[in-house]
This record gives sequence, C-alpha cells and structure tokens, in this order.
Amino acid sequence: MRSDEVPQDNSSTYAGHKKLLYAQNAGGEYVSIQSSGWEVEAAATIDAVTEYERLAAAARTEVVAGRKSPLLFHMYHNRMDLPLLAQVSGIWRWRIKRHFLPQHFARLNDTFLMRYADAFNISLAELKSLPENNL
Amino acid sequence: MTFVHQHAAHCESGVISSLLTHHGLPLSEPMVFGLANALAFAYIPLVKIGGQPLIAYRLPPQFIIKGVCKRLGVKVSFKKFAKPIDGAEALNTAVAQGQPVGLQTSVYYLPYFPEEMRFHFNAHNLVVYGKQGDDFSVSDPVFEEPVTVASRHLNKARFARGPLAPKGLMYRIESVPENIDYAKVIPAAIKKNCRIMLGAPLPVIGIKGVRYLSRKIAKLRGSEKEKRLFLGHIVRMQEEIGTGGAGFRFLYASFLQEASVLLKDPVLAEASNKMTDAGDAWRAFALAAAQQCKKSASINTEHLAQRVLECAEKEAAVWRELSSWCRGK
Repeated sequence: MRSDEVPQDNSSTYAGHKKLLYAQNAGGEYVSIQSSGWEVEAAATIDAVTEYERLAAAARTEVVAGRKSPLLFHMYHNRMDLPLLAQVSGIWRWRIKRHFLPQHFARLNDTFLMRYADAFNISLAELKSLPENNL
Repeated sequence: MTFVHQHAAHCESGVISSLLTHHGLPLSEPMVFGLANALAFAYIPLVKIGGQPLIAYRLPPQFIIKGVCKRLGVKVSFKKFAKPIDGAEALNTAVAQGQPVGLQTSVYYLPYFPEEMRFHFNAHNLVVYGKQGDDFSVSDPVFEEPVTVASRHLNKARFARGPLAPKGLMYRIESVPENIDYAKVIPAAIKKNCRIMLGAPLPVIGIKGVRYLSRKIAKLRGSEKEKRLFLGHIVRMQEEIGTGGAGFRFLYASFLQEASVLLKDPVLAEASNKMTDAGDAWRAFALAAAQQCKKSASINTEHLAQRVLECAEKEAAVWRELSSWCRGK
C-alpha cells in the first residue's frame, strides 16, 4: 500500500478515532500513517453489529409476547451467543436454554441471577426487564 | 521517568514496543513484530467465534511478547490472578512504584472504545502507567492519545471470562540486554517465520491454510445470507481485529525494510516490496468481498476464491525467497 492509498473514509465505526497503518511513501520508504477508516472494514463491522441487533429485536418481540424470558434479549443485546454466554457465565448451555423460557426464568433466585447480571455487567432489575428504547 | 504514549497499528506489538522503549531499548513496532516472527495464517474450523471459524493472520495472543523477549534476552515477568481483588492490589502497587505495566483485557468492558467496535474479544493489550484518584492513566496503543479508565471498568475488563480469558494478566519488564546482535537475531526470526508459513504440518496453517480458505470459499454452500455473513466475518477478521491480515503484511514488509537497512542487504528490501504486493492482494480481496456482499445478485464465490489464491501465491513466493536467503546465513 502506498501512503496516498491509505483510506480516509471517516468511518462511523471509529467514532472519530484514527487507526495507525504502515504504508510506503513516494520514495518507497515505510512510514506510519493515521487512517480515519475504510468503507470496506466499516461495512463488515456494521454488518456484524446489525446481525446482533436483528436477533435482539426478534428476541424482544418474543419476550413481549411472553414466549421467552428477558435473558434471551440481553444475550443478543450484549453481542453474545449461547456458547459465549455459557463460557462467560459458567452455566451449562442446556440450563441457559431452559432459562430462556419465562416459567423457568421466573423460578431463579437472585443469587443465581447475579451470575447472568455479572456476565452482562447490568443490575438485577435491568436483567429482569427490557430496556425502554427500542434498539 | 514519564511514560511516552506511542500510537501503534497492533495492540500487542505496540505495548511491547513502548515498554521496551521506556526501559531504554528503543525498538520500532515493525521490528518487534518481525523479531517475534509473528506473521502467520491459520484457519481453524473447530474454534468458533460467533458461530464462525477462527481465522488468524498472526500468531496467537502473548506470542509476540514472549517471542520477542526470548529472542532478545529481555526478562519479563508475567502474573495471573485467581482473585480480582489481588489483581487490583498488584496493579496499585506497581503503579505506586511508578512502573508501567502491561495488561491483557477484554475490549467489551472498556468504556473508551467506540460503541460499534465493542465485541467480546479478550486478548487486547494496554499499558497502565499512572493513577489519579480512582482513574488509571492508560496508554492504549491503538488509540492516538492516552486515556483514563475508572478502576471498576478496568477490573471488569481484566477479569472478563470466556475464550482467551485474561485472568488479570499483568506483565512487566525486569531487565533489558545491553546490546543486540541484529546480524544474528534477524535471520533467526525470519527463518522461524518461514517455517511457520511454509512448513507447518497441518493443512490449515501458513500458505497451505490460505489455499484451504480459498477452497472453502469456492465450495461455499447455503443461503446468500449465510455466505454474506461468512465473507463479512473473513473481512472483519482481516481488517478490524487487531490491524488485520493486510495490515500485518504491511507491518512485516516494514520490518523487512528496516532489517535490510540494518544488515545492508538488498535481498530483504526486494522481499519487503513483494510482501507489500501480497498485502495489497489481501486488500483487493477484502474490497472484492465487500462489493460482492453489497450487490443484490448472487455472490460469485469462484471469483473471490481466485483472489485468495492470488494472495497465497504471492506470499508463497516471498517466503520461498526468504527461506533460501536464510540458508545462506
């Protein structure tokens, strides 16, 4: 990559920050240059974020309809999937799957629920409910 | 002595470069990366990240730190903690002594990260060099300026669980060597890197791994959406996580150039240019993949597979050249 080819696309994913890249200047010497983003990279990042948002939105509908517990929503909202949540919380996958159902989730005591709350870095009250704004 | 923040392309090589510089051994980030023989490629279908296979463009976390320090004879001490409270205490003690320390953290719990970049990635590295009140002064090498982080956020990030859990890992440099024999360490590092890229016994590592990825793309099945997610995943792994694949190729090319000046060897300068071409090929692939994903028509996997194969051929040529250069040393 030549230094004048370093992308400066002002990507929203960088939130105004800059990333350092190494590129060759006109004389062929390697120099470090700050880049404000690359559309290709931003598109892939936003795609990944959107996928979690889509899953979270679908989960919200299920929770509101009373078919699933808020746990399912919080998992996707925190950009996790089942294997990751199992690893982060230290709870077996099949147990987590059960806790996706409202009737099982309602029976859990606060000590146990704290393990989920810790994993998401939220309070117990937040864990038991859905956040207001529709993300 | 006050710690000087350095903006870097990659967190791990950036941290170790600024720590070594602080301890009186000024080494550039590319030099650190090269001496750690950190360039690699691995496609590991068994390890899943968000349901997608792990694709790595460099050695696993901690290999850069350990690799470069071992090669140069730098003494580093590593410490993990079973209890977060012990970890916090050890960090406070080190900071009170005025010693900058490196930490492994999760990205997700660091509040200064851009919202859209916060994923559950546990192998981030940063330097803590001071404390004001309850806020730590943090030099995160992938950011332009130093930042401050409240202790509770830093603690959460240090003791995040999940894959590659940092377990509060803290490291500091104990001693650095008087001088470095570049004529010895550079060929040794390049030789080791050739072995990783050309001679790995598994079909998913090194150049063979790149070819494997190409075949995977060619044979991609499933709905357009699944294809899109897989290709997007490759591009993210390549460009966003760390500096990504192409970025690492340029980092290594920069190392080869620096090495050719140090050793006055034109062969390395030539290899640096070819490695730059390989990096450009990777970028061209990312661009092509993004374009294919954007259009509504069906994705041309054959075309993309061909692009990856080009990367493999270009890189293989450089490594073969470097390998024969090493034999003459």
